[in-house]
Amino acid sequence: MKLACDTLTLSRGGELVVNRVTSRFEAGHITAVVGPNGAGKSSLLQGLAGLIEPAHGNVMLGDQDIASILPATRAKHIGYLPQNAEIAWDVSVRNLIALGRHPHGDAAVAPVEAAINVMQLERLRDTPATRLSGGERARVLLARVLAGTPNWILADEPLAALDLAHQVTLIDHFKTCAKEGAGVVIVLHDLALAMNHADRVVVMHKGRMITRGAPRNALASDVIEKAWGVKTRWIGVPGQRALATLGM
Amino acid sequence: MTRANLIFAALLAVLLPLSLFAGRVWINPFADVGAVADADNIGLILMELRMPRAILAVVIGAGLGAAGAAMQGYLRNPLADPGLFGIAPMAALGAVASFWIGVTWVLPIFALIGAGLGMALLAAIAGRTPSGAGGGIALFTLAGLMIASLAGTLTALAITMAPNAFAMSQIVLWLNGALTDRSWDEVWIAAPLTVVGLGLLFIAARSLDALTLGEDTARSMGVNPSRLLLILVGGVGLTIGAGVAVAGIIGFVGLIVPHLVRPLTNKMPSSLLVPSALAGACLVLLADSLVRILPFVTELRLGIMLSLIGAPFFLWLLLRMRKGEL
Repeated sequence: MKLACDTLTLSRGGELVVNRVTSRFEAGHITAVVGPNGAGKSSLLQGLAGLIEPAHGNVMLGDQDIASILPATRAKHIGYLPQNAEIAWDVSVRNLIALGRHPHGDAAVAPVEAAINVMQLERLRDTPATRLSGGERARVLLARVLAGTPNWILADEPLAALDLAHQVTLIDHFKTCAKEGAGVVIVLHDLALAMNHADRVVVMHKGRMITRGAPRNALASDVIEKAWGVKTRWIGVPGQRALATLGM
Repeated sequence: MTRANLIFAALLAVLLPLSLFAGRVWINPFADVGAVADADNIGLILMELRMPRAILAVVIGAGLGAAGAAMQGYLRNPLADPGLFGIAPMAALGAVASFWIGVTWVLPIFALIGAGLGMALLAAIAGRTPSGAGGGIALFTLAGLMIASLAGTLTALAITMAPNAFAMSQIVLWLNGALTDRSWDEVWIAAPLTVVGLGLLFIAARSLDALTLGEDTARSMGVNPSRLLLILVGGVGLTIGAGVAVAGIIGFVGLIVPHLVRPLTNKMPSSLLVPSALAGACLVLLADSLVRILPFVTELRLGIMLSLIGAPFFLWLLLRMRKGEL
């Protein structure tokens, strides 16, 4: 099932936050959306999830305009993880993850248990979700998305609160999801993570997509300088790249 | 049946017959009917006075409890009370208007019209949030508070400009809420509306669970915020409006009851609705039984009794919040 946007334009409070972005996202791939603060990355992700009505253009899920798909149907296909998800009540980790079945309207146990296992949350199953550490909380919230077994996972900075070990675990899991056929679109701030682990990269700057493609091309030093205003150089070998900054 | 449902259903099963027998005239259910001199009067007291009163207490309490649980779930705030959102004050304003014009038999109709206007205003202002613009719940809260404030001011105006002292005292007394002298007529007004209202709140239950993770996540999980808001306004409006129409303002039940119930549930908003309805019924039934048996010259108003219980409870909640226990 394809996910694509065509001249997608989104505005918030009258201000243009995403400006005529056209892109096609591939199922079975990890696409990293990167860009400086305020570039429109989160808005683009929300637009792709069908959560913001486009001012212009459209988002296609399969052969259908996402705006014409019923919210419940859309939710079965797209699992969206916002940047700062709140947890309002002191519900247990298990019950929170089971909310992932909400779009399906069922109480299927197997996908919930699978998500708990994958995110290594067995020990925390009965812990109140409001008493988790930042890293545990991030894993639980992602497990909720996984429990919905969506075709597309759209996650806004899912690695931000995680320590290195859990970042690696999560990236590996995104790769597994992609291998199994799901499309993964993640907003990342860490360009090295995008370079080393993404299949495709979309670079946003001031609401526009300035480039997209394979990481080595989309994250070339000249692109980084144009978007971030910082001179950089990639060091290391493919798959283990690190970004050295050379000044403004 | 969950533990919370079982506990409050059992409590209700005990309280309901007790409330029928308790009052200025105590009725011994085990007495030999043939040996009781005024068996006819006792039958009259039971069937025409206490039974409708008890059923109304159950109906109104259930509506207030479930509406409170739904509002706390919607606003993701344990201090939310359905009375804060304009519908009850608008219903009261409608009722006060009937006193003002001196035609009290239209009181329930005026109160329901008031509640309906409150619901329509709330839905018109807060229900049109453009998708993705955010602020839907904040807008709902502010709109509700402003409607409540406006209705409260107009009610105060109606009291100060009451056509005569009798109308003024009637209004003030009525606003304090009571089930005194209510008949089957009031039951037939309140019960069907409350049942429909409860039905709407139960329809909203799963969406309220999704809101546990915030508005954006709930929308991504397929919740339609405009539809949810309309269902909730309808559910809360019917349950609260029906209660105010027959009993006046009865506060604090919607605030207190979900807190009593929450520790016995898995904390999901949907799991609170049924036990909150049962617990609300228990609380109003208990309070109404107490006002009947307390040895005052005139019967204490139910609304005052519940406020006397509710206000200290609210302060206790605030203290718990301060200590980070909520």
